[in-house]
Amino acid sequence: MQNWIGGIEKLEVLKRVSIKEQEPEKRVNNFDEVCLGYSSDEAVQEALRCLECKNAPCIKGCPVEVKIPEFIRLIKEKKFKESYLKILETNLLPAICGRVCPQETQCEKNCVRGIKGEPIAIGKLERFVADWFRQNCEFEFEKPESNGKKVAIIGSGPAGLSCASSLAKLGYEVVIFEAFHKLGGVLYYGIPEFRLPKEVVEWEIENLKKMGVEFRTNMVFGKTFDLEDLKQEGFEAVFISSGAGLPNFLNIEGELLNGIYSANEFLTRVNLMKAYKFPEYDTPIKLGKKVGVIGGGNVAMDAARVARRLGSEVYILYRRTEAEMPARKEEIDHAKEEGIKILELVSPVRFMGDETGHVRALELVKMQLSQPDSSGRRSVKPIDGSNFIFEADNFIVAIGQSPNPLVKKAIPELELNPNGSIKVNENLMTNVEGVFAGGDIVTGAATVILAMGMGKKAAENIDKYIMCS
Amino acid sequence: MNEIVIKQNIVPNVWLMGIYSPQVAKKAKPGQFVILRVTETGERIPLTIADFDSDKGIVFIIFQVVGKTTSILSTLNIGDSIADFVGPLGMPYEQDSNDKSYLFIAGGLGIPAIYSKVKMLHSQGKDIEIIVGGRSKENIFFEEELRKYCSSLYISTNDGSYGQKGLVTDILTQLLENGKRYDEIFAVGPVLMMKAVVDITKKYGIKTLVSLNPIMVDGTGMCGGCRVKIGNEIKFACVDGPIFNGFEVDFDGLMKRNSYYQDLENLSYKEHKCKIGLGE
Ligand SMILES: Cc1cc2nc3c(=O)[nH]c(=O)nc-3n(C[C@H](O)[C@H](O)[C@H](O)COP(=O)(O)OP(=O)(O)OC[C@H]3O[C@@H](n4cnc5c(N)ncnc54)[C@H](O)[C@@H]3O)c2cc1C
Ligand SMILES: Cc1cc2nc3c(=O)[nH]c(=O)nc-3n(C[C@H](O)[C@H](O)[C@H](O)COP(=O)(O)OP(=O)(O)OC[C@H]3O[C@@H](n4cnc5c(N)ncnc54)[C@H](O)[C@@H]3O)c2cc1C
Ligand code: SF4
Ligand code: FES
Repeated sequence: MQNWIGGIEKLEVLKRVSIKEQEPEKRVNNFDEVCLGYSSDEAVQEALRCLECKNAPCIKGCPVEVKIPEFIRLIKEKKFKESYLKILETNLLPAICGRVCPQETQCEKNCVRGIKGEPIAIGKLERFVADWFRQNCEFEFEKPESNGKKVAIIGSGPAGLSCASSLAKLGYEVVIFEAFHKLGGVLYYGIPEFRLPKEVVEWEIENLKKMGVEFRTNMVFGKTFDLEDLKQEGFEAVFISSGAGLPNFLNIEGELLNGIYSANEFLTRVNLMKAYKFPEYDTPIKLGKKVGVIGGGNVAMDAARVARRLGSEVYILYRRTEAEMPARKEEIDHAKEEGIKILELVSPVRFMGDETGHVRALELVKMQLSQPDSSGRRSVKPIDGSNFIFEADNFIVAIGQSPNPLVKKAIPELELNPNGSIKVNENLMTNVEGVFAGGDIVTGAATVILAMGMGKKAAENIDKYIMCS
Repeated sequence: MNEIVIKQNIVPNVWLMGIYSPQVAKKAKPGQFVILRVTETGERIPLTIADFDSDKGIVFIIFQVVGKTTSILSTLNIGDSIADFVGPLGMPYEQDSNDKSYLFIAGGLGIPAIYSKVKMLHSQGKDIEIIVGGRSKENIFFEEELRKYCSSLYISTNDGSYGQKGLVTDILTQLLENGKRYDEIFAVGPVLMMKAVVDITKKYGIKTLVSLNPIMVDGTGMCGGCRVKIGNEIKFACVDGPIFNGFEVDFDGLMKRNSYYQDLENLSYKEHKCKIGLGE
């Protein structure tokens, strides 16, 4: 291996194989996927850059410890199916994680190749084998003999799906209850089609069905059913993965004006209800010429890029600078390529509307960054008297979500943290016997891979709990 | 699932339907609502649970045809199913156990929203009076049913074709001026009507509840689209309501928000009607 590397042009090993994307001018007019993925040859070429490091620092950066050098080696050998199955040993949703994980702050951040050149495109390779498998292979699963034990899962987001998969493999009868009419949680209603095609999510869900997992949609825990109902139906444990679904608002003047959306409402109308196909689909969305998106995370980027695709001129209004944005770098870059402008160091003061009750402008105040504190994070403070008016036809508020409070109503004795998230012990069990929780409802808005990791961990503990009691 | 088992045209443009949904019927309480989606490409719309039969697993809805979704729904027949039927959503109606006398005011489509509460309170032996109002005689429905559960039923129509000519608030004013007092007033109907009621009852200091109807999407607190200003706070009507203390509601804000999609909804309805014209 070492010889081989010495033998080729140095520059080539330093740079990753570039990946094809839809041209920005074209993609702002459609909802098709932006990144087109590697071809087999390109994937092999990129895989060949991997050094298969013995201590594999990349693995340590991955929350579920995907066996990265091993799956990459199988790509080198063109054993794509085996490569996919290798990832599957630790990660249930490679096609999804390969698309939405923040690799640059996880595995790829630690990649040895990144010291002198560009890190291996671990995420893109993961996505490649997953897509290759989906297009070329049938998902096969030998259903283990049922152990006759039933577990209920609340919410069909990544945490719930991964918990279900782990339990199904152990022979449990698993039922996922979902409040919406569509499955997948944020993967379906939040993350847009051009970043994560719904087809991919649906394929994963079909596989779970093949594994025997039962899905019941339109079931709201705390409303349609509660803990008592689950006990009566014979469920021996419950995993709550209801996500962080409650949108935060700014609590400033004028927030009730028409034309101001929470990112959740905006994305739900477009992704879940297909408002971009109105009037073929009945749910409308209204967006004017110029739109301001408040926030700097993935949710803000998604909202901004959706708004752009609906034909608006879009500005992202962020308190800090681009360098501090929590969104994935790839998404920020994509947004900028698509012509979205970023207004840094501004903070909303109040919305202003016209006589019909429609928003017309937002008063902003300029902010300044202070020196990094001991935690390394730079705080911001407003500059007195720097207020100015930013006019726009619509605003989208994307400043985070809080845990959905409905669950508490279903289990009044459930202990919560001060911020409303569910309190769990190291086994992810809540204070209520047999009730476990994980994902965003425990951590607050986080990532797909963390939610999945918790789903898997919960499954292990649920298994122990049921088998020992 | 979600099969239509009862269908009745009550008055022009208003339909009553019984939907087979044992899980919703089992948990339903007066004051709650459902969100339904009629077809795969449809919109999610909220409708009050007018009544329910937990034993038979039937939930009753009463709706007026105002746009595309309600129009499609009205063309379905017994035996047809609707795509999604979620509920019961919202906080149930909670009564103060000390209260004895109640006045219910229903304008237009407010009747379904008061019906199950009236029934519940009647079964507890409370004293109930009701004012029902509509544009014209043909808009008044459920008169007989309501009469069974109350001591007095007052009716007003805008054009005077039935009951007293005028508005529900005219009757309310007369009752209060004549010295009638109630422990609680519950008013449901168009936002303007609820606002007018509250303007009157405030002066008398009589506790007044209203049931709000902002535009909703999920109905589970996830989208924030149904936000309304109550006192100085923003509340989500789908999870914190839809019933609120009328004295605290920002009715003007609600009215403006409810009109936001009107032009697009009209467009979608018009297209839909055109296609009906083509025999599709
Ligand atoms: C727009 C957007 C973009 C994002 N982009 C990324 C990204 O690029 N990369 C990344 O790693 N992460 C991203 N995230 C974050 C990531 O999606 C979440 O961290 C992850 O989905 C959390 O998974 P979960 O299973 O805990 O909850 P969710 O995915 O939120 O799923 C919860 C499910 O529970 C259901 N539910 C809620 N309450 C009830 C109830 N009472 N009864 C029944 N069902 C209920 C909900 O309808 C939902 O389907 C993004 C989030 C958003 C909103
Ligand atoms: C909690 C709640 C309970 C309700 N209960 C009932 C009920 O029992 N019976 C009934 O007939 N209606 C009820 N409504 C109103 C009902 O939801 C709307 O009439 C329905 O959404 C219209 O759908 P559509 O597609 O037919 O019309 P659309 O084309 O969506 O709308 C047509 C017009 O109806 C009005 N409208 C739209 N959405 C709403 C809304 N959410 N609330 C009020 N007006 C709206 C607008 O003026 C709009 O232009 C309730 C609303 C809420 C929020
Ligand atoms: S750190 Fe980078 S080069 Fe080393 S094994 Fe992991 S992916 Fe390959
Ligand atoms: S309808 Fe979405 S939060 Fe109430």
